[in-house]
Amino acid sequence: MFEDGSIFNQLLVERLNYFIYVVLLLIGLWAMIAKNNLIKKLIGMSIFQTAIILFYVSIGVKEGATIPIYLPEHDPHGSHAQLDSNQTELLSHGAKVLEASAVPNYTNPLPHVLMLTAIVVGVATLGLALSVCLRIYRGYGTVEEDELLEKLEREDSRKSGGSNKRRPRRRTPANKGGPAGQSKRGQTTEKTKSDKPTPRRRQASKSRTKTNGPAKEQAKSSNRENDKPKPVKRRRPARKPKEDKS
Amino acid sequence: MKKAAFILVLCIGLLLAWAAKDFPSWGDPQSPASSSPVASHFIANTGVDTEVPNMVTAVLADYRGFDTMFETVVVFIAGLAVFSILRGGPKNRTRDREFVVDFEPDLIVTNTVRLIVPVIQIFALYVLAHGHVSPGGGFQGGVAMGASFILIALSWDLKTALARFPIERCFTVAALGIVIYAGIGLLSLFLGGEFLDYAHLAKIFPVSPEMARYHAMLGVEIGVGFTVTAIMFALYASLSTDGRMRDGL
Amino acid sequence: MGLELFNTLILCLLVVVAVLSLWVRDLVVSAVVFAIYSFLMCLLWAEMGAVDVAFTEATVGAGVSTVVLIATVFNLKRKAKD
Repeated sequence: MFEDGSIFNQLLVERLNYFIYVVLLLIGLWAMIAKNNLIKKLIGMSIFQTAIILFYVSIGVKEGATIPIYLPEHDPHGSHAQLDSNQTELLSHGAKVLEASAVPNYTNPLPHVLMLTAIVVGVATLGLALSVCLRIYRGYGTVEEDELLEKLEREDSRKSGGSNKRRPRRRTPANKGGPAGQSKRGQTTEKTKSDKPTPRRRQASKSRTKTNGPAKEQAKSSNRENDKPKPVKRRRPARKPKEDKS
Repeated sequence: MKKAAFILVLCIGLLLAWAAKDFPSWGDPQSPASSSPVASHFIANTGVDTEVPNMVTAVLADYRGFDTMFETVVVFIAGLAVFSILRGGPKNRTRDREFVVDFEPDLIVTNTVRLIVPVIQIFALYVLAHGHVSPGGGFQGGVAMGASFILIALSWDLKTALARFPIERCFTVAALGIVIYAGIGLLSLFLGGEFLDYAHLAKIFPVSPEMARYHAMLGVEIGVGFTVTAIMFALYASLSTDGRMRDGL
Repeated sequence: MGLELFNTLILCLLVVVAVLSLWVRDLVVSAVVFAIYSFLMCLLWAEMGAVDVAFTEATVGAGVSTVVLIATVFNLKRKAKD
């Protein structure tokens, strides 16, 4: 299996580095798709980026070549070597075009340059992604993907259910009961059973829906006051501690 | 969903591994990347054109200076975006933190850091200035400098660090860095050359065109260093306090 | 021979550390193991002759990136669900 020329030999012995980079790429890609936590996804993204940078830098590696900084004998400013305390020998005479025989002694500087940029941009991207994670946490209270999807679905169903019910209210502002009002009441009772972030979400949605227009707002507020005095009362005590803290 | 992802990733991996067997062998001097004419031109002519021994800095700041300028702009925009994302939006109520940080700054830590931070900053400046002849340059020096401010924030508290480097000054310094970079480019434009063609700076400074490129590279790296320093610290300050700039890590 | 062994060892360690960083439940441990990953990459590049890249990765990856990750986790829940 491991004889010369077979695929295993080619991949695992001669080009082990490239194979490991492929493995790192896969680890990063899988983490971005399959992990639940957003921070783990970002770590996967970082692993992906660094694996690509590794690959790019290694295609410029030259066997037996030195780092891409001029050796003292090619130094453009001229350099002296101290042979002993009395004599110094001029190693290089200043700037001149490097002859073609000396060029392969240096590693290719171009991939290093491009990957310097890539590393710095990678950290900037990581910082930005982390700030978006913090905002998501502030808004939804979690950074786990399944809980987030659940909350988004609930919000979507509530919003789509609510917007359909808004129109009959505008046409019949005095309509206190009816199927629309009952289902809205049913939704609030469902929300009161759920956990902490919902009062804030309700406030946020109320603040959002308030910007829809003065007519709708009057109809909605009058309807809400008629139908559900409770949320209005609950809103005010919740606001006061916020004002105290800020 | 996870099983599907795993299978997909395995398939991609097999395809990549199949392609990997066609790469040139490791470290081959005759590989297309190692023997390309562009790279040979850079290696051969950096000494003559710019008199800078470090080829990577020369290519980064002179031959490919346009890339570096926009990379600096990208870093600046990322810092601004982090600050504005976390600052704006609904004000966060103080959620219960997992680990509460309310101890006094430790005596040993603060005195050690008081001795170390000046050394770090001098080393960062050295790395920036010596980037022409040794590995280093604007990014490395700038990040080390920013890390020294983060060290102050970690050993005392964020208030002490912000007292030394307020967040408004951070963004001013970052913008100043980009202005320096673009300013040097525009100066060479006004002197008759192309944008970021530093050789034309020899018309107003009493140096040879090669040394003009040498010194302009230093100026450009200083600009990059400013921006990177300020943005690294601003990134840390915004992220550790969730935009509030109070009770940081 | 010695250099190739070093190379192989670092690469295998790199894969192990990457998997570990994604496997642990505690996010602070994950961030610190990510710093180990950064340092190993810095070693690898220094051995390959890319000294500028190694310098940048040492400062940026293991310095700023780790601190920024931990500072963010400080504001979130520390335990991940998976």
